[in-house]
Amino acid sequence: MMIIKRGLAALAAGALSTALAVPAFAEPVKFDFWFGLSGDLARVVDTLCKNFNASQSDYEVVCTSQGNYDATLQNTIAAFRAGKQPAVVQVYDVGTATMMLSGAYKPADKLMEENGYKIDYADYFPGIARYYATSKGEMLSFPFNSSTALMYWNKDAFAKIGKTEAPKTWEDVGADLQAMKDAGYECPMAINISANESWQLMEQFSAIHNQPIATKNNGYDGLDARLEVNKTKFVQYVTDLKKWYDAGLIKIKSKDLGQDMVQAFASGTCQVIMTSVGDHGTVGKTQKEGMKWDVAELPVYAGTERKNSLVGGASLWVLSGKSDAEYKGAAAFLNFIHDPKTALFWSTNTGYIPVTKSGFDYMKAQGFYDKAPYKGREVAIASLTASEPTEITRGIRLGNFTQIRAEFGTQMQAIFANKVSVQEGLDTLVKNGDAILARFQQTYPGKTLP
Amino acid sequence: MEKRVTFGSWTIGILFAVPQLLLIFTFFYWPAGQAVYWSLTLQQPWGGGNIWVGLDNFRSILANADYWNSITASLVFAGISTGLAMFVALVLAALTDRQLAGSRLYRVVLIWPYGIAAPALAMAFRFILAPEAGFMAVVNQVWPGFWDPGLDGTDAMASIIIAFSWKYVGYNFIFFLAAFQAIPRSLIEAAAMDGSGVMRRFWDIQFPLITPTIFFLLVINITESFQDSFGIVDIMTAGGPANATNLMVYKIYSDGFKGLDYSGAAAQSIILMLLIVVLTIFQFRFIERRVHYR
Repeated sequence: MMIIKRGLAALAAGALSTALAVPAFAEPVKFDFWFGLSGDLARVVDTLCKNFNASQSDYEVVCTSQGNYDATLQNTIAAFRAGKQPAVVQVYDVGTATMMLSGAYKPADKLMEENGYKIDYADYFPGIARYYATSKGEMLSFPFNSSTALMYWNKDAFAKIGKTEAPKTWEDVGADLQAMKDAGYECPMAINISANESWQLMEQFSAIHNQPIATKNNGYDGLDARLEVNKTKFVQYVTDLKKWYDAGLIKIKSKDLGQDMVQAFASGTCQVIMTSVGDHGTVGKTQKEGMKWDVAELPVYAGTERKNSLVGGASLWVLSGKSDAEYKGAAAFLNFIHDPKTALFWSTNTGYIPVTKSGFDYMKAQGFYDKAPYKGREVAIASLTASEPTEITRGIRLGNFTQIRAEFGTQMQAIFANKVSVQEGLDTLVKNGDAILARFQQTYPGKTLP
Repeated sequence: MEKRVTFGSWTIGILFAVPQLLLIFTFFYWPAGQAVYWSLTLQQPWGGGNIWVGLDNFRSILANADYWNSITASLVFAGISTGLAMFVALVLAALTDRQLAGSRLYRVVLIWPYGIAAPALAMAFRFILAPEAGFMAVVNQVWPGFWDPGLDGTDAMASIIIAFSWKYVGYNFIFFLAAFQAIPRSLIEAAAMDGSGVMRRFWDIQFPLITPTIFFLLVINITESFQDSFGIVDIMTAGGPANATNLMVYKIYSDGFKGLDYSGAAAQSIILMLLIVVLTIFQFRFIERRVHYR
């Protein structure tokens, strides 16, 4: 009924305006949304934007992909300095500390309140919400595309060694990889050791083992936090990975080498990988005909009490310096994205997970997780909600974290190429990482994280 | 009748020069000045507060072992890729300059590579030199672990040198060929009649006459290898493994744009600029002396 009414009104308006050359309706308020996804995912975002624009007539969001997360942040900063910033921008997880100190945003919770939207923040999965909230729990940005890391395992290969379940401990992983090697598998497990893999190797591992990455509760308690991954359980983990690599149980796979981890797994070349639940769709679409596989939570060392894993992905920030009308539009847009129906659309078309309990429940009720290509993705939610977030597992709040990740990649490469020992490599990572953190702290004298 | 155009006063001359001066100022001196200013401050990425730190940025960069590693990598890269690109181009140009059947076709084929954009070229070489696909996979099967640019810094350096040189072979070839063609045929024919062989003619006649071109290309190639290698590094190795290919210009990009450390990147650009100036002065002082201008 609404639509018919609107259609008639539009027709009438069209007739009027052509006749009198006077617009009968105000143009919708336009506002910009910049995001960092590309390719297939960018097309899904475009559809999302079209759906929003079609859902109401007051606002029009103009969505522009900036190619990747780095470029989005760079372009937004350049635009902000020139006073031409978008109203809404997607910023990746590790850009959060930088954003918080930028003074360039309008807190998302305040924006929603001012525009009359009531959001139940307790509805967000705590592990997701706390990554983007202040230490007092105020949501400065809204989680958008969220994921976490999972272990992908080839059921056929595990069947060959008499296993029907994924290994739960790292001790088991070691034994299983050896058994697969003995059974003739060339590549029992694939990892990559570039900057991006800091996320699953260092950050996720530390969270589920409740090990800190940095002092001051991973930086939540102050800009003077410093790294300490050279004296946590992470040292043992890298030592084991290196040992297995040397024994031929682990192969390094990356795009520069011709085949990335996900391709290596989907083609049946490698039997185990750890990657984002966001790749679940890709594996399903590109897998070898008839291959049986599943996902499981990342393993822990024996005797560890498992904690929640960390959220990955990005959140939506509303930038300061826009008009009230644009803010109204931005608020409506955030509210649209928050809707469980949008969560279903988003998760169906990408591998990302719903960020709210209501979104998850709605998807469960719709039977999403029972259907073939999506089955298994609920493990991501289980992993994210394995425990109440602790002081350490709520997230990482370190400045210039992109550079720290780059340093991680560099040191991992040095360790795996036998240039340095595991301990030496991690010590250098901490030393160089601390210099990066000190520089960030020096750039913002006297400021504290909200 | 007065043929020369003369102006009443020198002010009109200045007036004509103003647009160009303005452009040079806007697009060169102003940004360069800003880079100097940024290098002496700590810039907050979003603007708002900048802290004057004097020479601190330079001190912290020069105290960083990674930075010295980056300088060494840049020098190695510049030396080998320039040498390779010039040598191969020189040999190819000398060969095509001779009266061979189909030399026109060779010329076109050899000139083409320069027209390819760095990213496309880097993508192509990433596939060509991938250790698990194509030719290198075969080599690795015969000799396991021979080629591993993902972990072996030397292999990674070799791959970016090959890609960069390949592009500049085309560029250098154009200049070398033009230089060879500018040598009067009569000189070579006379030498041939006197009974000198191909190599003798090359070293005694052609080579000395093209030294100005060699010198010009040397300066250009070295400068470009410091500045134009960025796209190739970004796509092929991203500075890795373990910083082995983290050339100065790439480090500036990753610190400045990815790391949002504008001040550190500005200080590094200034050091890079000074290094190129020093190298260029060095070339003019010590190498140009051996050049024969006609």
